[in-house]
Amino acid sequence: MNNKKVKVISSYPSFWDYWKEVFDYRELFWILAKRDIMVRYKQTIFGVLWSILRPLISSMVYVFGVNRIGTLGENSEIPYILVILSGNILWLFFSQSLMTISLSVVTNNNLVSKVFFPRIIIPFSSFFLGLLDVIIGMCVFIGFCFYYSYIPDYKIIFAPIFIILAYLGASGIGLFAAVLNVKYRDIGQLIPFVISFGLFISPVLYTTDTVASHWTYKLFVLNPVTGCIDAFRWALLGDAFTFNWDSFIPLLVFCFVTLFVSIRYFRKHESSFVDYI
Amino acid sequence: MPAIEIKNASKSYLIKHKLSKSNTLREDLVNFSKSVFSKKNPSEKELFWALQNINLTVERGDRLGVIGSNGAGKSTLLKILSRVTAPTTGEIRIQGRMASLLEVGTGFHPELTGRENIYLNGSILGMKNYEINAQFDAIVEFAGIQQFLDTPVKRYSSGMYVRLGFAIAAHLEPEILIVDEVLAVGDADFQKKSIGKMRDVSKSGRTILFVSHNLTAVQNLCNKGAFLRKGELIDSGDINSVINNYVQNVASFQVKQEWVDQSKAPGDNGILAKRIELKSNEELETGTQLTTATPLKVEYEFWNDHDDIKLNVSIFLYTMTGQCIFNIANEGKIYKKGLIATEFNIPGNFLNDGSYFISMMVVKDESKPLFFFEEALMFDIQDFREDIEWVGKWPGAIRPLNLKLKTWQKEFNK
Repeated sequence: MNNKKVKVISSYPSFWDYWKEVFDYRELFWILAKRDIMVRYKQTIFGVLWSILRPLISSMVYVFGVNRIGTLGENSEIPYILVILSGNILWLFFSQSLMTISLSVVTNNNLVSKVFFPRIIIPFSSFFLGLLDVIIGMCVFIGFCFYYSYIPDYKIIFAPIFIILAYLGASGIGLFAAVLNVKYRDIGQLIPFVISFGLFISPVLYTTDTVASHWTYKLFVLNPVTGCIDAFRWALLGDAFTFNWDSFIPLLVFCFVTLFVSIRYFRKHESSFVDYI
Repeated sequence: MPAIEIKNASKSYLIKHKLSKSNTLREDLVNFSKSVFSKKNPSEKELFWALQNINLTVERGDRLGVIGSNGAGKSTLLKILSRVTAPTTGEIRIQGRMASLLEVGTGFHPELTGRENIYLNGSILGMKNYEINAQFDAIVEFAGIQQFLDTPVKRYSSGMYVRLGFAIAAHLEPEILIVDEVLAVGDADFQKKSIGKMRDVSKSGRTILFVSHNLTAVQNLCNKGAFLRKGELIDSGDINSVINNYVQNVASFQVKQEWVDQSKAPGDNGILAKRIELKSNEELETGTQLTTATPLKVEYEFWNDHDDIKLNVSIFLYTMTGQCIFNIANEGKIYKKGLIATEFNIPGNFLNDGSYFISMMVVKDESKPLFFFEEALMFDIQDFREDIEWVGKWPGAIRPLNLKLKTWQKEFNK
């Protein structure tokens, strides 16, 4: 009994103790994710079908909308629905992760105020829920590939990397928002607005090539979602898309810098969440 | 190495006071624009110390009861110990696996079924999957929800919900268990079951920290006590001495009032109070414990300034919340000028535990109140039980144990 490690509670835990504790509680990542997944489609008629319908319907709408306005689809030798779908899968994943991460601490306030575990588990457990959507979305994508008898090449194995990068980008912003949202609920109002705005400045409805010559291009590639979608399309859509380093480098820088800073910020404030929630 | 060692722990909160109060949107807007344009902050911040320099050591196997009135910092202490919030200064050393029960059913999701919630809640409280599997049947059995295992908990009655929550926590088997007043909920049977379970836990040598307003439960379950007042630790040590100390500190006692000088005595319409006193077998001093078993005697003396007047006295007993429990008057008699004495006996085993106050009224001609002496006596009655297993709060304003409830077998089934 006496060789048990002594836990010390003070106002700021040391770095290694903290991450060791997160590791000790690793089961909770999955448990919370499982809860969110199970709860999501309770009392719905279509159930998990919604995960298929959501990317499908919004992609269809985008295709119709864009086709009517412009003729962007004609330049590409692959069906335009695949371009939209790939962008849309990633965009939905990014925006939804950003949304759940930002609101996560407040949504789980019954846990935060009553029981201890490393708080950082709450935002990061949202990964699995988003991942499930991505997997279902990919199935839809593959389905369309078969329909158009288009076969993605070997580069598809890189796709998971870009999905993870998208998640890291979302959590870089999301963790800040989650902490701020505890004290200022304005953030909860702001995030949906940011997301709907983000749809227009990210190449979801169009491709990066179409804006490459525009003077805003230098700013455009700084958007982390641009980097993700460009790389994701490169991985999925064969030779139609070249790898765009212009947007990929900013993405990497963005992920590492924001993630580092926001995790520190989160750690600094997590022990006092309950005092403000 | 003790199980828990608290060193100089303090916790402060920043509270804001609004200096300029506003009731309308217009005033709000004016205040807001003022605060934008002038540097002076219209709100004043104050540092509030919920806990101050707490030093406490809990040995392995101790059952510590934390007592104190509302706002004394009990819950804050538990929150710090269970790591829900961090102390502002100081540190706490904990050895052994700890589980805290600040609320029953923490993290239950209403949409999930009982079965799913057992796994969810168990893991949130720190159980591993295989431990939950091993305890699953025992949990369901203890909660008594076999039938509703696959019903979403949002359809549970509040009783079932609480039972399931406690059952999971009770089967955690941590080395240190922190419990906050969960026993206030649930029916009598379940309270007994949960106290019994907690006693089992403590018998197996585990450490328990228990917060409750129910002194009886604390006294029954704990061997050590800690008494908090306004964020400071006043006393800690053996449970009985801590409870005594607490009762003396907190209880509002007014068991005797006496006036020697008529000019200072309260009174009306020619009736002046001289002395009112609550007595038991011995003289009562401030801090003496009255229990439900103690017979009480009220003595009231007053000066009468009328000759040949028909007077009678009426006594009112109220609970602390102001509910009148009884009012008894005697028959009117003719009195002369001078001192008049009244005596009234309240038998033991009649009042329940709690706080009471007594008012006295002197009435003329059995109809016209002359002097109503309000809140003349105030006293607390402690719980006293013999040979009774149940330790939950005894309901009711009175506890007339001399009334007998008879039950007999009326027929036999052949």
